Amino acid sequence: MADALARKDVSAVELTQAHLDRIATVDGDVHAFLHVDSEGALAAAADVDQRRAAGEQLHALAGVPIAVKDVVATQGLPTTAGSKILEGWVPPYDATLVSRLKAAGMPILGKTNMDEFAMGSSTEHSAYGPSRNPWDLERIPGGSGGGSAAAIAAFEAPLAIGTDTGGSIRQPASVTGTVGTKPTYGGVSRYGLIALASSLDQAGPCTRTVLDAALLHEVIGGHDPLDSTSIDAPVPPVVEAARRGEVKGMRIGVIKEISGEGFQEGVKSRFEESLDLLRDAGAEIVEVSCPSFEQGLAAYYLILPSEASSNLAKFDAMRYGLRVAPEGIQSPSAEQVMAATRDAGFGDEVKRRIILGTYALSSGYYDAYYGQAQKVRTLIARDFAAAFERADVLVTPTAPTTAFKLGEKLDDPMSMYLNDVATIPANLAGVPGMSLPNGLAEDGLPSGFQILAPATKDERLYEVGAALERMLLSQWGSPILTNAPELTGKEIAR
Amino acid sequence: MSSLSRDEVAHVAMLARIQLSDDELDKLAGQLDQIVGFVAQVNDIAAADVPPMSHPLPLTNVTRPDEVRPSLTQEQALAGAPASDIGRFEVPRILDED
Repeated sequence: MADALARKDVSAVELTQAHLDRIATVDGDVHAFLHVDSEGALAAAADVDQRRAAGEQLHALAGVPIAVKDVVATQGLPTTAGSKILEGWVPPYDATLVSRLKAAGMPILGKTNMDEFAMGSSTEHSAYGPSRNPWDLERIPGGSGGGSAAAIAAFEAPLAIGTDTGGSIRQPASVTGTVGTKPTYGGVSRYGLIALASSLDQAGPCTRTVLDAALLHEVIGGHDPLDSTSIDAPVPPVVEAARRGEVKGMRIGVIKEISGEGFQEGVKSRFEESLDLLRDAGAEIVEVSCPSFEQGLAAYYLILPSEASSNLAKFDAMRYGLRVAPEGIQSPSAEQVMAATRDAGFGDEVKRRIILGTYALSSGYYDAYYGQAQKVRTLIARDFAAAFERADVLVTPTAPTTAFKLGEKLDDPMSMYLNDVATIPANLAGVPGMSLPNGLAEDGLPSGFQILAPATKDERLYEVGAALERMLLSQWGSPILTNAPELTGKEIAR
Repeated sequence: MSSLSRDEVAHVAMLARIQLSDDELDKLAGQLDQIVGFVAQVNDIAAADVPPMSHPLPLTNVTRPDEVRPSLTQEQALAGAPASDIGRFEVPRILDED
């Protein structure tokens, strides 16, 4: 697309309009978007066309439209984080990553659906209704960034932004047959992201190819003085690595604890086949052990709710968002209004996690829960350090299963949480991770291959990802998304 | 330690300023008890000598130069408020009536 724009085979306005048309046709079924900004996107595209016609030197992605997850603040565009408590809120400023997209001349198509405050693995916890998986509209598109992944898989947007706190970019990528990257913690500014768990959250690219992800990574990455946790170093050479795509001589570590036991049969088989391809291409496959990963899920479901209960305290019905008066009370107090608002404005999953976090941080339980969880985090970081002594990258299947059916796990939070078992360790340790599609399982649905690299060595994800993608593509003959059923836009039964 | 009663859930919800209906409380109490049972496995690790890790990056406090920078206008800051008056956030009463 970028090349066609540069050659002037297509204008940015035409390209943006084509995606807006596609959204109009299929989004009634997919529900990837919470808000579409046709006017803003077309105006931005027209500006790029004008500047290109005037001979201005533009960014390589100038004119390529993009969708942004609704947890990212966009000036003048509604931002709700999938929650009723923020319904209708319009931020007065742009997140740093949005400023960078705009500076690169990328028209913003709209805001994508997500689990409320990014809590969930299926997008069913969105207060505005679930998104659907373009491969099978009865199935989940993953979460929390299911809207961004579904928009990519349904060809509603060529590129999208996601955020990943425990796998919310990688797991949706896995179940929709797309590519998702979580950069190193601090690699992309969090300024302007509505925080879920500040020590885990990381924004990153959702795309259809590894090179697309690298190009987008380069646009949004880099130091930001507005985020004190942003890494003050140049963006790793991810585009160069994606163009090279070479694994010869590389040591690839298979994590014993998450190498397929308990995983769906087809997911396991595709994983093994991908390892064979990498081996054939000259990589050395080694087994590594990360024993503390077994406690990772439990530690995560203590640390995340604890940080979330603190971050979400700002939704107090005073400065922005919803305000609900409690029933039957004359002249209620601020405290009563706050409690009634938070009951009405937050969904079940958010309440569950805030209460769990408040409990874990409460006096008498702090050491046993939160303190212990932080120690598990140290052990996981040590496991990673030891594993990266033996291997240049680590690999696992991204998710234990392909996309499950909508509603299947909605009332069983524990079963939903188990879906994140392979993605969570990367967030706890802050290392980068990528998921790329590595085939279809026995049920005809996509499975994902996860690559993990040491912190700040993001280019290794792209190096290995691009090599595997190239080998898979030559095996398949065409991109995996061409196997997805055609979306007709015909209304489905709800 | 790893069990959570309905009364405890009600108490913690009150601390978190979330008013729950009886039905919500019944449902959440059961689920939270199960989740707390699961997360309690962090106690299985023998980690007396392991330092806790609060953050993936080694952080030091960063202060910026004390310079005037552009910020939101008063109008922008108040734009999202549920109620405002004479350039201020308008809030429900914060003191008891008597």
